[in-house]
Amino acid sequence: MKYVLIGNGVATIGAIEGIRKHDRQGRIVAIGSEASAPYGRPLISYLLAGKISPDQLALRPDEFYRKSDVELRLGTTVSAIDCAARTVTTSTGEKIDYDRLLVSTGGKPFTPPIRGADGPDVYNFTNLDHAQTMISLAKDIQKAVVVGGGLIGLKAAESLFDRGVEVSILELSPRILSLAFDANAARLAARRLDEVGLSVHCGVTAQHIDRDAAGRVRGVKCTDGTYIPTEIVVIAIGVVPNTDLAEAAGLRVDRGIVVDDLMRTSDENVFAAGDVAQAKDLLHDENRVVPIWTNAYSQGYCAGKNMASRATPYIGGLAMNSISFYGLPTISVGTVNPPEGEEGYDVEASLDERKQTYRKLVFHDNRLVGYVLVGDIDQAGLYTSFIKFQLNLTPEMRQSLSQGHPDVLLWPDRFFDDTWNPNWVDKD
Amino acid sequence: MKRVYPNREYCIGCHLCELACITAHSESGDLIIAYTQEREAAGLSPCKKIFQKGSECVAISCRHCDDPSCVAACISGALHKDPETGETVYDRGKCVGCWSCLMACPYGAIRRHPVESKIVKCDLCRGREEGPACVQACPNQALKYEDRDE
Repeated sequence: MKYVLIGNGVATIGAIEGIRKHDRQGRIVAIGSEASAPYGRPLISYLLAGKISPDQLALRPDEFYRKSDVELRLGTTVSAIDCAARTVTTSTGEKIDYDRLLVSTGGKPFTPPIRGADGPDVYNFTNLDHAQTMISLAKDIQKAVVVGGGLIGLKAAESLFDRGVEVSILELSPRILSLAFDANAARLAARRLDEVGLSVHCGVTAQHIDRDAAGRVRGVKCTDGTYIPTEIVVIAIGVVPNTDLAEAAGLRVDRGIVVDDLMRTSDENVFAAGDVAQAKDLLHDENRVVPIWTNAYSQGYCAGKNMASRATPYIGGLAMNSISFYGLPTISVGTVNPPEGEEGYDVEASLDERKQTYRKLVFHDNRLVGYVLVGDIDQAGLYTSFIKFQLNLTPEMRQSLSQGHPDVLLWPDRFFDDTWNPNWVDKD
Repeated sequence: MKRVYPNREYCIGCHLCELACITAHSESGDLIIAYTQEREAAGLSPCKKIFQKGSECVAISCRHCDDPSCVAACISGALHKDPETGETVYDRGKCVGCWSCLMACPYGAIRRHPVESKIVKCDLCRGREEGPACVQACPNQALKYEDRDE
């Protein structure tokens, strides 16, 4: 069996570990277009902030690839997949054949049409190259505008700020972090950023990027009429699935590459995982693209097992983010903003402005389906358990959760014993 | 592989497992110094968590899951599964303190280090000849260190 993995992200690591769990013999070729082996992509903000060095980026040590018997083909871009012939072609024209293929081409930065966006001094922030570019830029610039107040945008802004750059953040929504957070959590995070000295502008975005006669950026005209002088613009609105290769190969693509419960695409020998895949969601009865780190690994891992012919259904993705803003930790999991107008949702929230702590739990039909924690995050995992294991809540369980006391002893007895003390035999 | 299995019917919530845990993970190797000095000065914390509900108690720690959520969530490569031993291994040097594992672990088995941006997680007392200290210290056999793989 020969496995070919396309992609340079954590889904590839998951796939290698999934394959090798069941197949020690088959050949694995991992092809990545970036120069580095799979690295912790979210770490690029730590690198830009100067908190870690480049040698700390690798997700697995070099010996991992040797021990796992993986042929790493870095700096190599796949330009075509031929599903019928079961080959991939690289940009240098080389053909590599496969028995099973994984497409984990990830996401590509989404850039909305902004007048003046084409040209120098406008950047994205999704890979190591971008981070390295910005590290060298930061020495010479005083001002930056970041378009996008989501997770990527805020981390880019914070890291540039840590390098001594004066940063303004533009967010079109009425609040930052509108996807992962609710209004209270966003306000606490915004306050922390504000205290530190980052300038956050909500409800506005860049209308046009103003350039001088030489074509260099000199400012951003915002939709509310304000003008912010700047030397660079970082567009960090988010990513969209990088489906070009899959579409050209004739694989079924909706918003992302559509996969079944075994992470298999419309071609039986081709699997997909990570930010490019449209896969089962734990909480919603439909396939979704959920570009979340944890899901990417889990999907890759699951795909790997299935590629090695160990039928393993994917349990479904769950959106989750853990991120800190200058020492203020925040975690959000699952459905944090109940869809408007839908019945059956119930929210319990507890906000302490003085301590800067916040807890919001979202219930649906007798189950916990989401939560947000700000400040005090230590119980996060146990809240996650109630969502992930889809435990039905008794009034007692619900009350304990609402009071901030998730507890393994609240689990149903049978489930508890199967989890913690399975196959118990009293030998004494 | 051998894992630590807690039994809620035998646990009396005495916290001796926690004391054994911090002693085993201390610099001094001495319970009194670990408790009175290292806890305060270095943030020495147990890998165990004890839950109590009415008369029922249990002391839990990392399950070293077959398919660990923490490894999936780790953004820095600080957590990985050792394919040979089956342990879920934590590399403190690689950890950046993002708390993703703490969010993803549905067993509540990971805690924040009180002083540093690092986590605290059971390592099965790696290298300790007698095996996990918590199991050895448990006065009521509420913790067992056994291979129950099927």
